[in-house]
Amino acid sequence: MSLIFYILAAIAIISALVMVFSKNPVNSVIALIVTFLAIAGHYILLNAQFLAVVHIIVYTGAIMVLFLFVIMLLDMNRENEPHKKWTTKIAAVLSGGLLLLVLLAALKKLTIMPTQHAVNNNMGLVHDLGQVLFKDFSLPFEATSVLFLAAMVGAMILGKQDKTKV
Amino acid sequence: MEKITNAIQVVPIQHYIYLSLILFTIGVIGALMRRNSIIVLMCIELMLNAANLLLAAFSAYHGDPSGQVFVFFIMVVAAAEVAVGLAILVMMKRNNHSLDIHLLNRLSDNN
Repeated sequence: MSLIFYILAAIAIISALVMVFSKNPVNSVIALIVTFLAIAGHYILLNAQFLAVVHIIVYTGAIMVLFLFVIMLLDMNRENEPHKKWTTKIAAVLSGGLLLLVLLAALKKLTIMPTQHAVNNNMGLVHDLGQVLFKDFSLPFEATSVLFLAAMVGAMILGKQDKTKV
Repeated sequence: MEKITNAIQVVPIQHYIYLSLILFTIGVIGALMRRNSIIVLMCIELMLNAANLLLAAFSAYHGDPSGQVFVFFIMVVAAAEVAVGLAILVMMKRNNHSLDIHLLNRLSDNN
């Protein structure tokens, strides 16, 4: 039972490493899609089924396809990235490792109280989530729609060809 | 199915915390290490997903659906960020014919 968790965790971590270290951007996108699918598996294990479905649709279905589109559009599916210096790479890995070390050391002192809540098997389904979203979080929900509108207009203005320059 | 979906009773919450920390750190390392702006944007997505996983884990652990609703909001922010970020990258490629993140240094005054 817990074996599934560890297999999915290993897949997520390995493909995330592949994403960071692969030279070809298309390989990076594919590896990141595998990471997202593994994370969706974690959501299913966590009894958050609707979240898993939405995660697959939004991330692998929309966001990563957008990435792939842009990579194809900009003709970047080649290894033409100028390399950073070795010192920069070592410094990046070192600072990331130090961040991990600090966070792990802080979490070592953490004691988590077991909660006595009854496990609600319907919690991750759309009915319960909808109740919470539209009752307790209706104002943030409307605010996100305004954010989406602003992002849409901003992306269109940025992507528009500048007629005066050409 | 009910047996499968109750992983939180078998796997301790600490392991979820460790997993999201490792994913977040990989994202940080990638964002610091790579020069290709698209890869940097993808590393930011990975970091957001690590936070999402932790929110969902705590939500399942406490039996509180609010955490999962917050994951939806983070997804919205991530989608908006990707749309605007990729538009900026397309514009940058059009003007500079390169996606090197060091080209953005010229936005600053002191060089």
